[in-house]
Amino acid sequence: MASSHGTPPVFNNKVIAWIDHRLPVFSYLEKEYNTFPTPRNFNYFWNFGAIATVMLVLMIATGIVLATNYTPHVLMAFDSVERIDRDVPQGWLIRDLHMNGASFFFIAVYIHIFRGMYYGSYKAPRELLWILGVIIFLLMMATAFMGYVLPWGQMSFWGATVITNLFSAIPVVGDAIVTWLWGGFAIDNPTLNRFYALHYLLPFIIVAVVALHVIALHVHGSNNPLGIDPRGPQDTVPFHPYYTMKDGFGVVVFLIVYAGFAFFAPDYMGHPDNYIPANPLVTPEHIVPEWYFLPFYAILRAIPDKLGGVIAMFGAIAVLFVLPWLDTSRVRSATFRPIYKWFMFVLVIDVVVLGFCGANPPAGFWIPLAQVATVYYFFHFLILLPILGKIERPLPLPPSIADAVLKKKAA
Amino acid sequence: MRKLLVTGAIAAASLATAAVAIAAGTTPHPPHKHWHFQGPFGTYDRAAAQRGYQVYQEVCAACHSLSLLAYRNLMELGLTENQVKDLIKDIQVPDLNDDGQPIERPARPSDRFKKPFPNEAAAAAANNGKAPPDLSVIVKARENGPDYIHALLTGYVPFDKLTPEQIKEFAVTKDDNFNTYFPGHKIAMAPPLSDDKVTYADGTKATTDQEASDVVEFLAWASEPHMEDRKRTGVRVVLFLLAMAGLMYAVKRSVWSDKH
Repeated sequence: MASSHGTPPVFNNKVIAWIDHRLPVFSYLEKEYNTFPTPRNFNYFWNFGAIATVMLVLMIATGIVLATNYTPHVLMAFDSVERIDRDVPQGWLIRDLHMNGASFFFIAVYIHIFRGMYYGSYKAPRELLWILGVIIFLLMMATAFMGYVLPWGQMSFWGATVITNLFSAIPVVGDAIVTWLWGGFAIDNPTLNRFYALHYLLPFIIVAVVALHVIALHVHGSNNPLGIDPRGPQDTVPFHPYYTMKDGFGVVVFLIVYAGFAFFAPDYMGHPDNYIPANPLVTPEHIVPEWYFLPFYAILRAIPDKLGGVIAMFGAIAVLFVLPWLDTSRVRSATFRPIYKWFMFVLVIDVVVLGFCGANPPAGFWIPLAQVATVYYFFHFLILLPILGKIERPLPLPPSIADAVLKKKAA
Repeated sequence: MRKLLVTGAIAAASLATAAVAIAAGTTPHPPHKHWHFQGPFGTYDRAAAQRGYQVYQEVCAACHSLSLLAYRNLMELGLTENQVKDLIKDIQVPDLNDDGQPIERPARPSDRFKKPFPNEAAAAAANNGKAPPDLSVIVKARENGPDYIHALLTGYVPFDKLTPEQIKEFAVTKDDNFNTYFPGHKIAMAPPLSDDKVTYADGTKATTDQEASDVVEFLAWASEPHMEDRKRTGVRVVLFLLAMAGLMYAVKRSVWSDKH
């Protein structure tokens, strides 16, 4: 770790001291999770990194148990999932937690991304930290997509059909790529098998990128709601016990909402059609992906041209990679950016509107609405942000975090 | 800037209205019925589900399979093993004998529900080219499943009661079955239920509506036999997490007390 703060810890326990002298894991934990100086002014938005981590671990734990009971074969996959639900002891619980866990992992990550945008966490010197985050988001999307295929219901099959067919839009080699992805000339057993293998692999790659994300985070420490750097010990608190407790509380509150859905409305976020076994001969009336893909799905369909739609959809995520350079303002936190603040909320509404467009059949006024919302999405990132940084007059920044915190307390 | 918020709110509101308008469509929403198994504490009505089994067995099973269930599962509906054995004593299921020759033998509780057709092709051939769907998870496989299936089973309109507009719009002939709640209205399934189609042992009057409600109760159970377990566990988990959250908040407050 590049950060050098505090004195090296002394361990009284001889075993720990012996190990640490040879493999400094305890010094590392001490430095990065105990004494690690953290801005004292976090609000609850800063819980969502910890919450997302908990969800990742939970998804891997439940996923491994599901994998021991699942059969990746087109003739047996659907029934094997139902068998988990019916005949495996507590299988229904594990499946419910995994199925709803995916949604709640995305909820946590979307709030985490919103927090990063609103408080300008992606700005120097945290650009790579942000980019690693976008990579995690992409990997999550790939993992979730392939996971949704595994139960081999109608939406599994047709969702896979729509998404894999996107690659056929690539000129010249498109069709060859699709055949390669499928492992044949149609979506069939080889497709299901490889999706299963990759669905098992990718979460561990996510863990690796999360590790890099955390390492990058600990170089310069966290951003904070004021977006100004801590100037000294009066601006920070040690990570433990202050933020371990605050994160722990936030995690438990999040789990309450998650449990509410998993135990009392487990199918609320799913689609009824996925309880119909996959049938390549019957196309569902409306093919819709899981809710967390809907805004991107709307962007895909908003463009009348297939290749254009694919480019726009991937572009919607690609712009996030260059966000640190599109935003020209030097002020991080929206708290001190009177115009940006409102546009940030408009962007949220825009993405929600895109979500509704993605959920509804592309007919009637949904088409122009999706097009307007798509244009606005790109307008926000490509035009508004670069200009806004130049013309917006930010509010005066407080001299220090401690100063702002104490003033707020006095008021 | 306040204007922006107002604009956003108006946009959101108009969006919601539009969504309702679209959903209206041509197929009416099934009327909402109260079900015993609804809500966070709802349980299956055992008596209704047992009657529903009778409706399934005597009516639906002629065409619809229930392949994910075994007869032993009926014990979860409050029947004893002997009662289950008694219920299935006349059912013959296909098997192989010791010489590998196909035979029929009396069903055992460990057997899956007997399929009405040997395979999907046979089911399709016997039903105008389309196999009747398996009913194991049918309640979860339809939007508002319980309401929809109840409405479908009771939503047939005889040809002579149709308006000329309906007959014209949906190209209905005398041989078609018109169902108010089926998308497109023309459904291959002839009206399966009628008053006194079954005779209930418990004296319940077998109206069409009663039969439909009972079979929905049974199929809801069939599609999620562990629902009661899930809700019970959920109550414990949420109560535990609430207590845990309270505790965590108290500790968090006390940890932070010197910083605020």
